[in-house]
Amino acid sequence: MSLSGRAAIVGIGATEFSKESGRSELQLSAEATLAALADAGLTPADVDGLTTFTMDNSSEIALARELGMGDLRFFSRINYGGGAACATVQQAAMAVATGVAEVVVCYRGFNERSGQRFGQVSSWAAAQVNTNGLDNAMTYPHGLSTPAATVAMQARRYMHEYGATSADFGAVAVADRRHAANNPDAFFYGKPITIEDHQSSRMIADPLRLLDCCQESDGAVALVVTSPSRAASLKQPAVSIAAAAQGSAPDQYVMTSYYRDDIGVPEMGVVGRELWRQSGLTQDDIAMAVLYDHFTPYVLMQLEELGFCGRGEAPGFIADGAIEIGGRLPLNTHGGQLGEAYIHGMNGIAEAARQVRGTSVNQVPDAEHVLVTAGTGVPTSGLILSK
Amino acid sequence: MTDTHARILSETERIKALGETAPRLARDPVSQPIINAWLDAIDETDPRFTEGLAPPAMAQVWTMPGLRGTRGADDPLSQAMEMLDAAGFTSVLGTNCDQVYERYLKVGEQVSVTTRLVDVAGPKQTGVGEGYFVTTRNVWRVGDEEVASMQFRVLKFKPGQGGRAASEASDQSRPQGPDRSEIIRPVVNQDTAYFWEGTRQGELRLQTCNACGELRHPPGPVCPSCHAMDRGYVVASGRGTVFSFLVHHAPQMPGRELPLTIALVELEEGVRVVAAVRGNPEDLAIGDPVVVAWDKVDDELTLPVWELAR
Repeated sequence: MSLSGRAAIVGIGATEFSKESGRSELQLSAEATLAALADAGLTPADVDGLTTFTMDNSSEIALARELGMGDLRFFSRINYGGGAACATVQQAAMAVATGVAEVVVCYRGFNERSGQRFGQVSSWAAAQVNTNGLDNAMTYPHGLSTPAATVAMQARRYMHEYGATSADFGAVAVADRRHAANNPDAFFYGKPITIEDHQSSRMIADPLRLLDCCQESDGAVALVVTSPSRAASLKQPAVSIAAAAQGSAPDQYVMTSYYRDDIGVPEMGVVGRELWRQSGLTQDDIAMAVLYDHFTPYVLMQLEELGFCGRGEAPGFIADGAIEIGGRLPLNTHGGQLGEAYIHGMNGIAEAARQVRGTSVNQVPDAEHVLVTAGTGVPTSGLILSK
Repeated sequence: MTDTHARILSETERIKALGETAPRLARDPVSQPIINAWLDAIDETDPRFTEGLAPPAMAQVWTMPGLRGTRGADDPLSQAMEMLDAAGFTSVLGTNCDQVYERYLKVGEQVSVTTRLVDVAGPKQTGVGEGYFVTTRNVWRVGDEEVASMQFRVLKFKPGQGGRAASEASDQSRPQGPDRSEIIRPVVNQDTAYFWEGTRQGELRLQTCNACGELRHPPGPVCPSCHAMDRGYVVASGRGTVFSFLVHHAPQMPGRELPLTIALVELEEGVRVVAAVRGNPEDLAIGDPVVVAWDKVDDELTLPVWELAR
């Protein structure tokens, strides 16, 4: 039995993406959910399942209450920060495929810029009295206490081993911002950057510069998942979930998997192998991808873990506009989290679904199969979406 | 170029050309009473220092001229300071020194010191005003044998010029540097307590499995190799090499001065440990040898820090 093709994304909804929404996180998630249901041609009364991130501050029952939903037969939360993004859809697809639920909304809403900013020193993460707090005891007290810093440690090693440069990382930022410049929903709409802008941006956690780091954003995204048969009668063309996977690798930590022989992101390799296995597809079948881009070096490492190129070959693979629209593997055509907004990866899944529908502002021709990933450096997840 | 700047440049070249001063002998030999007073002052209890070895960080102590001593007319630091005083750069802020120790000094040895001017760099616009950075290098020797050295840097600036100078200089209640009580504390439980007890005693303890001998860091209750729950620890030599590192510039961090260099070090025992690197060495590279040192935050918490060993 395979999960492939047993569920579909039929609705996409979002709030505006801003730096100060001016409203509660629960309201943002409610707005995005209503928008996604309307997009699908459904109402809150049709929903019988909800999934979100462990980190989300709005409970499933709070969202159900606000929208007057009826009985919920399935509700689930996924751990590990942005690594949860694609797994919210995976859980929804598994529930739909097994008949546990029929219409599941995956949601994520936060005031991540005007409220608690993830880019600041996360003292709370070190104060947790649980295994995560114990893990962080070996890093945070020494000052290794921001997401950018934890990634910088891996990025420096990657540069050392494979000769990658800061400008290679910058190529990701340039591609993202080029795509965002054409996306009216993007925070950086109309504001492309050059590689010189990247190279002259200030150091945040050397070797990472400001323009290697994603935005901090307020906003919400919701996605509606249902069965192919139910999808057939709805408003939008179904976006089939061809594969959905989670991944964690040996000696895994949250952002600080520093004790393995190779301190890359093998958890994304676990996700990739499972995506290819479930879908029966290969890298050559993928028209474009949305690779989680909270920090640019991880985009290079993901290309390697997913098998689009060999280990250490990503700097060559992405050169000369290969990941920009018109290139051989366009990435993050919405502008990514550097250019559009940081909605913990959920806006990337929405873009992947738009590409399959054929409605992206930076549409890739004949996007029959697209791949999307979730937060990197943590236990993570991924999807392949197909026509 | 202004006349003042041109004069500073040419005078700098003259002092640099003088090279190293003649060795100046310490007033007294290395002695246990002075070591004991130092140990009391910094609350250090390492038994080696009560049995005839001197703490390396005391290097400079032995050649201090004393209250009524003078440094000698040829002293390049004094000459550079006088030159900048005369040019109106009268105030001093933000000294930093990087010391390198070749070996422990022993009670009874008499140390000499030499000084040379490395550079005077500027003018720099700083938050407190325009100034020049003066860098000198001291070398301590016993006979002809080099035992320690120090790169010493100080900002000499014109007071009252910087944007923040007036308000900060007058605010005496403002604490000097970051409030170290805000440094993030580790969560500790029965699986990890031995590690933090070790740091308080100046020991970098690595968990070892008493059944199969496997070393492990970070710690945990079960041996991942043989699943035994019978664990002990070994004290690491503290020597290792930089596996990777980063320099944190932003955002601000509670209890810390920025930038802050943090390194993942592969110890010679074969496990990796994260800690800050003392002194933000500018040319730090992967593969550099480091040695552990200790940063006592308070009575409860001591953190390991890396010091460059090359």
